[in-house]
Amino acid sequence: MIEVNDIHKSFDDAHILKGITTSFQKGKTNLIIGQSGSGKTVFLKCLLGLFTPEEGTISYDGKIYNDLTDAEKRDLRQEMGMVFQGSALFDSMSVEGNVKFPLEMFTKQSKSEMQDRADFVLKRVNLVDAHHKFPSEISGGMQKRVAIARAIVMNPKYLFCDEPNSGLDPKTAIVIDNLIKEITEEYDITTIINTHDMNSVMEIGEKILFLKDGLKAWEGTNKEIFKTDNETVTDFVYSSDLFKKVRQMYIEERN
Amino acid sequence: MKSLILKEIDELIFGSLGIIIFISFFIGAVITIQTALNLTNPIIPKYLIGFTARQSLILEFSPTFVSIVMAGKVGSYITSSIGSMRVTEQIDALDVMGVNALNYLVFPKIIAMLFYPFAIAISMFVGISGGWIAGVFGGFLTSADFVEGLQLDFSPFQVTYAFIKTLVFAFVLATVPSYHGFYMKGGALEVGKASTTAFVWTSVVIIVSNYILTQLLLGQ
Ligand SMILES: Nc1ncnc2c1ncn2[C@@H]1O[C@H](COP(=O)(O)OP(=O)(O)OP(=O)(O)O)[C@@H](O)[C@H]1O
Ligand SMILES: [Mg+2]
Repeated sequence: MIEVNDIHKSFDDAHILKGITTSFQKGKTNLIIGQSGSGKTVFLKCLLGLFTPEEGTISYDGKIYNDLTDAEKRDLRQEMGMVFQGSALFDSMSVEGNVKFPLEMFTKQSKSEMQDRADFVLKRVNLVDAHHKFPSEISGGMQKRVAIARAIVMNPKYLFCDEPNSGLDPKTAIVIDNLIKEITEEYDITTIINTHDMNSVMEIGEKILFLKDGLKAWEGTNKEIFKTDNETVTDFVYSSDLFKKVRQMYIEERN
Repeated sequence: MKSLILKEIDELIFGSLGIIIFISFFIGAVITIQTALNLTNPIIPKYLIGFTARQSLILEFSPTFVSIVMAGKVGSYITSSIGSMRVTEQIDALDVMGVNALNYLVFPKIIAMLFYPFAIAISMFVGISGGWIAGVFGGFLTSADFVEGLQLDFSPFQVTYAFIKTLVFAFVLATVPSYHGFYMKGGALEVGKASTTAFVWTSVVIIVSNYILTQLLLGQ
C-alpha cells in the first residue's frame, strides 16, 4: 500500500502538483487519469523517487520515503518495477538480456537460476520465442510485454506503468491491461497505472484517481465513475459522443 | 562491468583505428612533400625533411589533430548513444532500478579510453611511415637522409609530453561528450544538436588544454 500525503512538485516557477493526497491498495490496479499535461507522469515519477516533491510525504507500506537512509532507499527501489511509456528497453541488449539485467545487477543468482527466472517471466507475459531478438526487431506490443517482464522479474511489491497501452491496437491494449491485472492479483502487488485509455478505466479501474491541473479532482472505482455526477469527470471520461450515448443507455437501463 | 569495458574498447579504440591509420598515413606523406618542396635552398640538409616530419607528427599531428578528428567520431558516438538512451527513458529505467546510470554508462568509456595512447602511437608510426614512403618513392630524399632526420636531436621527453597530452585528451574525449549526452533534454532532434555541441566543446577543450599543457610542460 502506498500513501501519498499532500505532495507538491514544481519546476522552476511552474507549480505542477499542487497538493495531492490519496492512497493505493495492494493487489489492486490503481489508475491515474487526466488530460495531457495534468501531471500524471510527474506524479508517477514522484512515487518512483525519480523526482523529490518539495512538500508532503509518500509512504510505502508504512515506510516514509524521506525518512529512509540512502541504503534503505536503494533497497526500496529494488522492490519497484516500472513500465515506461515508450517501454525504455535497453536497445543494446536482447529481449532476454533486458529481462536478466536487474538480476545480474542486484542478485547473486547463478547463470541457470537467472535463465530459469527469465524464461519464467517471459512465459508469464506470453513471449516464448523472442528471447534472442533485439527490441528494434519486435513489435510495440511485444516490447510492452518485455518491459512488463523486466519490471516483474525481481518480484516487485510496487509496479508502476506509464500509459502501458498507448500506441497499441484496442485488442492488444486489452491483453496488456488484463496481463497487468492478473499479475497484480497473482503476486499481490500495489500497481499504479497512468492511462488515457477509457477502455482500461472501465475494465481494470479498481481505483481511479482523476488529476486536473495538478490537483485531485475525483477518485473512486470504475463502477462509481459510471454513476458520478461530477462534471469535470464526466466531461473528461465521456468526451466522445459514443461514450456519452453508452452512459445514457446505462443510466436509462438502471432506472 | 568487464564485458562493458571490452565492448567500449572495441567500439572506441578498435573502431577508430581504420580512420586513424588512413589520415595519419596521408598527412605524414603530405607533411614530407610540403617540407621537401619548401626546402629549396641547397645549403639546408635534406635530413631536415625527416626531422620536420617526426616533430610535427609526434608533437602535434598525432596527439592533437587526430584527437580533434576523434572528437567528431568517438565524441558523436558517445553523445548520441547516451543521448538516445536519455530520450527513450532508458536512463530513467536504470535510475528506477537503482543502478547508478552515470557511473554505469561513463566509467567503462573512461577506462576504454585509457587505451587511446596506443592508437596514437600507431598514428605516429603510420604517419612517419607515410612520410618515409612519400619522401623516398617521390624522389625527394634518400631513405638514409630521412632516417638520419628522424634521429636528429631526439629528446625522449618530447614523446613523454606527447603521451601526457594524449592521456588528457583521452579523458576529455570520454567525458565531455558523455556529459552532453547524459544531461540533454528533448527528443531525437536534440540528440543531433547535442552531438554537434559536444563536438564543438570537445574540440575547444582539447585546443585550450593543448595550449596550457604545452606551456606547462615545454615552456620555460
Ligand atoms: N522534467 C521536467 N521539467 C520541467 N517541466 C516538466 C518536467 N516534466 C514535466 N514537466 C511539466 O509538467 C507538466 C505535466 O507533465 P506530465 O508529463 O506529468 O503530463 P502528463 O499528465 O503525464 O501528460 P501526458 O498524458 O501527455 O503524458 C507539463 O506542463 C510539463 O511541461
Ligand atoms: Mg505522461
